[in-house]
Amino acid sequence: MSAETADRETETLSMREAIRAALREELLADDDVFIMGQDEEDGGSFEVTAGLHDEFGFDRVRNTPISEAAQIGSGVGAAATGLRPVVNLSFADFIGVCFDQVMNQAGKTRYMFGGASEVPLTIRAIEGAGLNAAAQHSGTVHTLVAHLPGVKAVAPGTPAAAMGLMKSAVRSNDPVVFFENKTIYERHGDVPTGDDFTVPLGEASIEQAGEDVTVVATQRLLGESIAAARDVDASVEVIDPRSLYPLDTDTLADSLRKTGRLVVADESPLSYGLHAEIVTRVVENAFWSIDAPVQRVGVPDTPIPFAPSQEDEVVPDADDVRRAIQRTV
Amino acid sequence: MTETLDTPEKRRSALRTMVLIREFENHVRDRFADNEIPGFVHLSQGQEAVAVGVCTALSRDDYITSTHRAHGHSLAKGLEPDRLLAELYGKAEGHCGGRGGSMHVADLDEGMLGAQPIVGASVPLGTGAGITAQLSDADWMATAFCGDGSVAAGQVHEAINLAATWQLPVVFVVENNQYSEGMVFDEQHNVEDVAEMASAYGIPGEIVDGQDVTAVNETMRAARERALDGDGPTLIEAKTYRYRGHFEGDEQPYRSQEEVEDWRENRDPIDNYRERLAAAGELTDEEFEAIRTEVKAVMADAVEFARNADEPAPEAAYDDVFVEEAPEIDAFRERMAADGDNGGVGL
Repeated sequence: MSAETADRETETLSMREAIRAALREELLADDDVFIMGQDEEDGGSFEVTAGLHDEFGFDRVRNTPISEAAQIGSGVGAAATGLRPVVNLSFADFIGVCFDQVMNQAGKTRYMFGGASEVPLTIRAIEGAGLNAAAQHSGTVHTLVAHLPGVKAVAPGTPAAAMGLMKSAVRSNDPVVFFENKTIYERHGDVPTGDDFTVPLGEASIEQAGEDVTVVATQRLLGESIAAARDVDASVEVIDPRSLYPLDTDTLADSLRKTGRLVVADESPLSYGLHAEIVTRVVENAFWSIDAPVQRVGVPDTPIPFAPSQEDEVVPDADDVRRAIQRTV
Repeated sequence: MTETLDTPEKRRSALRTMVLIREFENHVRDRFADNEIPGFVHLSQGQEAVAVGVCTALSRDDYITSTHRAHGHSLAKGLEPDRLLAELYGKAEGHCGGRGGSMHVADLDEGMLGAQPIVGASVPLGTGAGITAQLSDADWMATAFCGDGSVAAGQVHEAINLAATWQLPVVFVVENNQYSEGMVFDEQHNVEDVAEMASAYGIPGEIVDGQDVTAVNETMRAARERALDGDGPTLIEAKTYRYRGHFEGDEQPYRSQEEVEDWRENRDPIDNYRERLAAAGELTDEEFEAIRTEVKAVMADAVEFARNADEPAPEAAYDDVFVEEAPEIDAFRERMAADGDNGGVGL
């Protein structure tokens, strides 16, 4: 249980329900918010926005042509002129079709124009392997996006984080890419009710306190890491960074100062990835507290294969996290 | 307000703006050659009638988006020559505080939503402004300038299709100056006229003589009215010509000097408009010289302003990355303040 849910009234929601509820709240609260994407009037991929078109109509929740470049590019234009678009990119792999608009338009517009415009744009991108969807519908791109100047990136692992960060993303006056893992839409958890619950961008959550090993885990691997922690003879602290950029370095470094051991579990390719950034931030800040070689758990630099036997091989799970923890103690 | 060029005063004003663009870019050409202006610059000389014909048909609240060749559009939309030149000099008083330069100028107060030097990127941006106009039931519209080269780019097709499908109040102005970088039109496209492509989106495609400011203005006014009436986008192809290379320093092996001279001699938008106004008895030689003298004085002041303007503070490099700052950027800025020039070292 994270700090946000400790002393509050809560309800149990799935990730899918939490994201939908957050979007609905923002549509109700601000007439400038609108949603566009492919099949969005029918709930989009994985029915996250189901029912919102019926409730809010075409002006607020609309289908787009299959035109990712126009979706994101016009989203930047709409945001720079006063609206708060929420664009559903659908499968995150499709970012290749509109990377210019993410990197050069969303990320640089405010900066290169000397602050003349704000770009309050939210992009939803659906990631992750495990559904035998093969290489072009299973990847993760959050490390690419988190690397881009001018773009913020979040990747919640719990329904509470999903709810709170989606609301913060829509309200943010900066472009935010909101990464959803498609295999955990039915992950349930406690979400605070009332009081306009939000999670600020850039705050990690200690999901499970421990003393011996720090596991920084994102998205699906957050659940796998909590499961793995039960199977090791060590007290494991599990942290969901939730926000990839900005990244809550202090919480991560503080944990390592306590435990001296670090595992980073993230479903991105292992080379040049989020793991490397998290490890570097911790090393820069808490080098003298490190008692064991750090461990990374991720995808071993392959695209995601189709055959279930091969997908199981390359996609990390609780066993991989457990072995990584054991290598540190 | 939008203007029909229906009085001698308005016509002389349009001529003056074309002369201003020409003179502005003469200074840019010379000061770039002197290494006084850093970076890359792309001049629009020869295309002044497109910028002025379009922008005189717009209201101040209408947005334009532009390209790497943005000086003319910017001046025609109302940006001040002194601040625009200061931006090209990389100075703090420039429209973007010196951070954008020639290729990235914006001034939202004047409806200049931004120059986009990635070819084609101006078009989705304009479509997006059209979404805002439509959803907020606004009385303004958006105009996206792009070049003939850009219509080979996928994002341009996507953005025009989206605008057409949603009947957005957007006008797409394709300045066909006949060269995409150093490549001729026929190497890039399988149509005679870009305007033919409008039928693929089910929108009107208009061809206009881009050397004739009156024709451009009239075509643009009709397209704007159509957009504001809720009848959707128009694609305007303005046939024009650039006198300078793709960029300053371009040796232009792809065309002959005779071709350039022929356009300058026979189809220059300023000369032709001046002659037309003179023939109509609206402009004496003395009056034209007075316009040139006044514009030269404005530009002399602008050059002084730009030269004497302040360099942006190095620490301002950390501003405007975000509206709501990230602690990472804060930390870099703070360390710079504490240690001096430490950019590039990890935290």
